[in-house]
Amino acid sequence: MKTLNECKPSQTVIVKKITGTGAVKRRIMDMGITKGVELHIRKVAPLGDPIELNVRGYELTVRKQDAQMIEVE
Amino acid sequence: MEIKIALAGNPNSGKTTLFNQLTGSRQRVGNWPGVTVEKKEGTLKGENQCTIQDLPGIYSLSPYSLEEVVSRNYLVNEKPDAILNIVDGTNIERNLYLTTQLLELGIPTVVCVNMMDLVKRNGDQIDIDKLSEKLDCPVVSISALKGQGTKEAALKAIKTAQAHQVPRMDKVYAKNVEAALEQIEAILSSSVDNGMLRWYSIKVFERDERIHEILKLKENEKKEIETIIQKVENEMDDDSESIITSQRYDHIGQIVQYAVKKKSEKHALSVSDKIDKIVTNRILALPIFIAIMYVVYTIAMGSTSISIGTMGTDWANDVLFGEIVPNFFDGILTSLHVNDVLYGLIMDGILGGVGAVLGFVPQILVLFILLSVMEDIGYMSRVAFIMDRIFRRFGLSGKSFIPMLVATGCGVPGIMASRTIEQDRDRKMTIMTTGFIPCGAKMPIIGLFAGAVFGGSSLVATSAFVIGIAAVILSGIMLKKFKAFAGEPAPFVMELPSYHLPSLGNVVRATWERGWSFIKRAGSIILLSSIVLWFLQGFGFTDGQFGMVADNNTSLLANIGNALAWIFAPLGWIGDMAWKATVATFTGLIAKEEVVNTFGVLYNFAEVSEEGNEIWTLIARDFTPIAAYSFMIFNLLCAPCFAAMGAIKREMNNPKWTLAAIGYMCVFAYVSSLIVYQLGGLILGEVTFSIWTIVALALLAGILYLLFRPGYKPKTEAIDIQKISIAK
Repeated sequence: MKTLNECKPSQTVIVKKITGTGAVKRRIMDMGITKGVELHIRKVAPLGDPIELNVRGYELTVRKQDAQMIEVE
Repeated sequence: MEIKIALAGNPNSGKTTLFNQLTGSRQRVGNWPGVTVEKKEGTLKGENQCTIQDLPGIYSLSPYSLEEVVSRNYLVNEKPDAILNIVDGTNIERNLYLTTQLLELGIPTVVCVNMMDLVKRNGDQIDIDKLSEKLDCPVVSISALKGQGTKEAALKAIKTAQAHQVPRMDKVYAKNVEAALEQIEAILSSSVDNGMLRWYSIKVFERDERIHEILKLKENEKKEIETIIQKVENEMDDDSESIITSQRYDHIGQIVQYAVKKKSEKHALSVSDKIDKIVTNRILALPIFIAIMYVVYTIAMGSTSISIGTMGTDWANDVLFGEIVPNFFDGILTSLHVNDVLYGLIMDGILGGVGAVLGFVPQILVLFILLSVMEDIGYMSRVAFIMDRIFRRFGLSGKSFIPMLVATGCGVPGIMASRTIEQDRDRKMTIMTTGFIPCGAKMPIIGLFAGAVFGGSSLVATSAFVIGIAAVILSGIMLKKFKAFAGEPAPFVMELPSYHLPSLGNVVRATWERGWSFIKRAGSIILLSSIVLWFLQGFGFTDGQFGMVADNNTSLLANIGNALAWIFAPLGWIGDMAWKATVATFTGLIAKEEVVNTFGVLYNFAEVSEEGNEIWTLIARDFTPIAAYSFMIFNLLCAPCFAAMGAIKREMNNPKWTLAAIGYMCVFAYVSSLIVYQLGGLILGEVTFSIWTIVALALLAGILYLLFRPGYKPKTEAIDIQKISIAK
């Protein structure tokens, strides 16, 4: 299973599962990254981290480390 | 009847603009009890009986962030008569997520969809009536920026409150979840007010710890509930909190499909995205960022023909506080024939001290205006996006960069800017380290020694910045290993809001709020300390008689300086200059540029230029290069001026943390200067080997240990929010 941090810019993926627990997981899900949602990877920051996503019609940035918790397809 | 309306919405939804629209100048700003989250309240224009309570900008009512906890405590405990929920129409899916949570609270709610003009321009359509039907509450469309429909929205909220029209949000979740919620409702029905039953049962289903603390259920009830939750969790192969979140979004998806028509295809580039293609481009982002910062600083602090800030400050220092104000008071005081002591107190003590600080106001206001514009158009979150990688390495986040940037102008607004950092731990660390950055007022100190001792080398000024930044980095690495700061940096899940034109009102208001708190401090703490120092500097014992002294070297301040000079002997402040350096350090606490003035006074010059050219030869005689450097480092890093300490106190909102921050800065400054003087001096042959060399080596070893030790590792995600008690 691939995680979000392994994806390349301009890829579009579907969220399969969000691992992890507690505050970080809840925060990621509160921002709209839930099972079945489509993510479009917009770009990587100039220094290689974090990444910028388009989710539910808006732009969101997550660190690669947090992106590891998001399994995609 | 008095009506209380709570204004709730996501960050960047236009909530601040709406609040300013509705209340105008009739606002009261304070803090929520016990925390540093800002609390704003206002009276609705034209309706004296209606109070509007601005809640913090939040994405959810989860129990994990301070802002969210503050908001939900207010909504649950204070029970406002109505909620006015502002929703960004261009980003409706995520915005409705908070809405669905608000609708469960059993409070009359009006949803206002903002930025409808932009929605239409994008070619999208939002059907207000269909939205209202699905959400079971009144929905209105507004444009907060243009002031369209805002008053109507507030009046609608009043009407809804008077009719006590409570929304009913049922059948949101899957059948088995709804069934489980019903079972939990049955258990809770005896202990919870009927209107709140659904909200409490959802929270209990989510295993929200804060709710369990309030409800105090019996053991058998808890067990029963746990069985209900586990059954659903097993069926759906997920934890209960995630089930609720996912299904809430699924429900919103259905609503949006029913009520919103989107013309644009998915992931299409909006104007904002096109700007971002350049502004946060892999190659161009950093050069653009540096160019923008260069322009901002040139305008606010530079010395070119477009440097409005510097021109204003020069005028304030040379003309306003140099001629107009002193001449005015001189005229009055002379005509009143007041005695010399009172004359000196007012002219030198009060006007001199307060004027020195107020002179900075033009530069600071220009800087604030530019930074507020950057914030309002949405560039600041891009800065955090670009810089996060660097700052995370030493335990801070991309958002810490903004305070540090502002602090190169003035530490006070810099420390105040730390408010935007959500995570308590990151914020505290940013407050503690922001003062290390050399601010505008420290420049004259650097100029004095660069000119007097180092032949005007520009390397001295550069090294001052390097030292400041190194102090931030070293402190970040050392502090994050302590238990109080331990743990991974907070999740950096941040929205990059669409760029939009700045609102003049927001910029003016933000600038004024920040600028005013600076001016207020000049009127209070700086005024008081100026008087005390004037007294200590002007009075003393001559031939056993107490009175005003003509020679500063016999003043009380000189006595204090002499008595305390031994403290700084290990830093190389020895000989004739020891007490002068000690006194200058103390006066530097009023405002750092006072250090140079004090040297001027102590070397018997009535007035010196900004960088003290008049006393360069005298300084060069008394200070060896390494002692001069040690003095400079100490004054750059030690406790900041009173104004900045006041800002630390306000932002920490806790005496223990305030003392810890200021104490840490002093100790760090002392240790750094000692190591530089003793070891640097030994290498240069200016200092001989002594017991202090060993102390310096031991301290250096101590720092290295603190830098490289493994550090405290928390067992679980260290979020202390549950422990922060929020006063009712």
